[in-house]
Amino acid sequence: MIKLCSWLGRIIFELMETTGKTVLLIFQTLLQLRRINIHHVIYQMAHLGVDTMPIVFMMIVFTGMVMVWQATPALARAGAQSTTGGLVALAMFRELGPVLSAVVLAGRVGAAITAEIGSMKVTEQIDALRVMATDPIGYLVVPRFVACILMTPVLVTFANLMGIGGGFLVATTYTQVNPYTFIRSIETFTVLSDFTGGLIKSMFFGGIVAIVGCLKGMDAKAGAEGVGQATTSSVVTSMVWIFVINYFLSTMLYR
Amino acid sequence: MEPMIELKNVSMAFKEHRVLDNLNLQVLPGEILVIIGPSGSGKSTLLRLMIGLLKPTSGEIWVDGQEISQLDEDKLNNIRRNMGMVFQYSALFDSMTVGDNVAFGIRQHTKMPEDQILRVIRRTLRMVGLMGKENVMPNELSGGMKKRVSLARAIAINPKIVLYDEPTSGLDPVMASTINRLIVSTRRIMGVTAVVVTHDMDSAFAIADRIAMMYDEKIIEIGKPDEFRQSSNPLVQQFIYGAKNNCIPVRRRASE
Repeated sequence: MIKLCSWLGRIIFELMETTGKTVLLIFQTLLQLRRINIHHVIYQMAHLGVDTMPIVFMMIVFTGMVMVWQATPALARAGAQSTTGGLVALAMFRELGPVLSAVVLAGRVGAAITAEIGSMKVTEQIDALRVMATDPIGYLVVPRFVACILMTPVLVTFANLMGIGGGFLVATTYTQVNPYTFIRSIETFTVLSDFTGGLIKSMFFGGIVAIVGCLKGMDAKAGAEGVGQATTSSVVTSMVWIFVINYFLSTMLYR
Repeated sequence: MEPMIELKNVSMAFKEHRVLDNLNLQVLPGEILVIIGPSGSGKSTLLRLMIGLLKPTSGEIWVDGQEISQLDEDKLNNIRRNMGMVFQYSALFDSMTVGDNVAFGIRQHTKMPEDQILRVIRRTLRMVGLMGKENVMPNELSGGMKKRVSLARAIAINPKIVLYDEPTSGLDPVMASTINRLIVSTRRIMGVTAVVVTHDMDSAFAIADRIAMMYDEKIIEIGKPDEFRQSSNPLVQQFIYGAKNNCIPVRRRASE
C-alpha cells in the first residue's frame, strides 16, 4: 500500500513538474518571438513539415480507404449509402486528419527534435550557444515552434484531401457509390467550420509536438541512453497531450 | 591594476554537494592564469561561473568591471560578447561546417557583410593552422583539429577573455604543444586574458603567467610558475611531481 502511494505520488509529482516546465518554456518561447529568425523558420518548415508529408499521406489515404470499406455495408443496410462521402469528409476534417497527422508528427518530428536537441545538450553544444551570447530558446525552440504551428495546418489540409481521395477511390470502385453522390454528400454534410476547426486544432498539436520535443531534448540526461529515453518520453508525452487536448478543443470548437 | 575577473567569497553547491567554499581569486588583464587541481575539485565549475553558465550559491563574480552573478541572461549576453570559451570536448556545432562554426558569433551579433566574414574565417583558421578546412564537417576532424576549431571559434569575435577547459586533454604531446603555442600566441597577438583549466603540468608551466591550485573547494596556492614549483606546500609538490603519498588521497568513491 505504501509502495503504491509512493509510486502514485512520484507519478503525480513528475506530471506536475513536467507541466510546470512546459508552461514556462511556452512563455519563454513567446517572449523570444520578437527575435525570430525567418531563415531558421523556413529551414525548419522544410525540414520538419515537407519531409513528414509522404508518411502522413500514405497513412491517411489508407485510413480513408478502410473507413469507406468498413462503413459502406452498414450504411447500405440502413439505406444511407449516399452519405458515405459526407461521413468520410466529416471524420477527416474534424478528427482523423488533425489527430492522425499530429500522431505522425509526434513520432517523426517530435522524436527528431528531441534527439537533435538532446544530443546538443549532452555534447555541450547548448552551453556553447550560451557562451556565444545566443539564447538557446530563441535559437533552437522558437524556429521549431513557429515552423510546427505553421506547417501542421498545411499538412492537415493536404491530409484531409488525401484521406477523402482514398475514400472516394474505394467508394466508387468497390462499393459502387456514385462519384457525384459522394461529392454531393460532402457538400451536404460538412460546413466550413468543420474544416477550420480541424486546422485550429492542428496548430495546437503542432505547438505541443515542438514544445514537448524541445523540452525533453533540453532535459536529456547525459549519454546515448539519456537521449534515447528523452526521445521515447517526448513521443509518449506528445501523444498523451494531443489526445487530451483534442477532447477539450473538440468540445469547444464543435458545440 | 584593476582585475579583469574577480571572484569574491564565492561558494557553490549542487544540492547537498559543496564544490567551492568561500573562494577568492583575481585574474589580471592580459595574463594567462592556469588553474590546476585534482579531478572533481571544482575547476570546470569555476570556469562556468566566470562566464555565467552557473550561478554561485553565494558571493560575487566581477567580469570586466561588472558584477555578473545576479544578471539575467540578456545582460549576461552583453558580457559574453567579449568572452570566448574552448570546451573540453570542443562542443562544435556538428550540423555546421568548420567555417560556419567559426563565423557563428559574428553572424549572430554583427551585420558584417558575408565577404568580410569569409575573410575573418580564413584568417582565423590560418592562425590555428587549419587553412582550407572551412567546408569540412566537424566529424571529419581529429580531436586536436576540433580543439583548434573550437579555439578559432572562440577568438573569431575578438574577445577580451578566453576560458580554456582542459585544452590539451586527450591529445598527443605534439598536438598538446601546438595548442599551448596557440594559447600563448593568441594572448600575444590579441592581448586576451586567458584562464586555463588543466591537469597537464607541462602545459601549465609552459604557458602560465601564474598558476593556481584548487584543493578541497579552495585555492590553496597561487603564484608565478617558479614560485609555484618551489612551494613548500606538500599538496602542491605532490601534484606537480605526481608522487603517491598521503597528502592527496585517491578517491575511490564519488562521495569521498
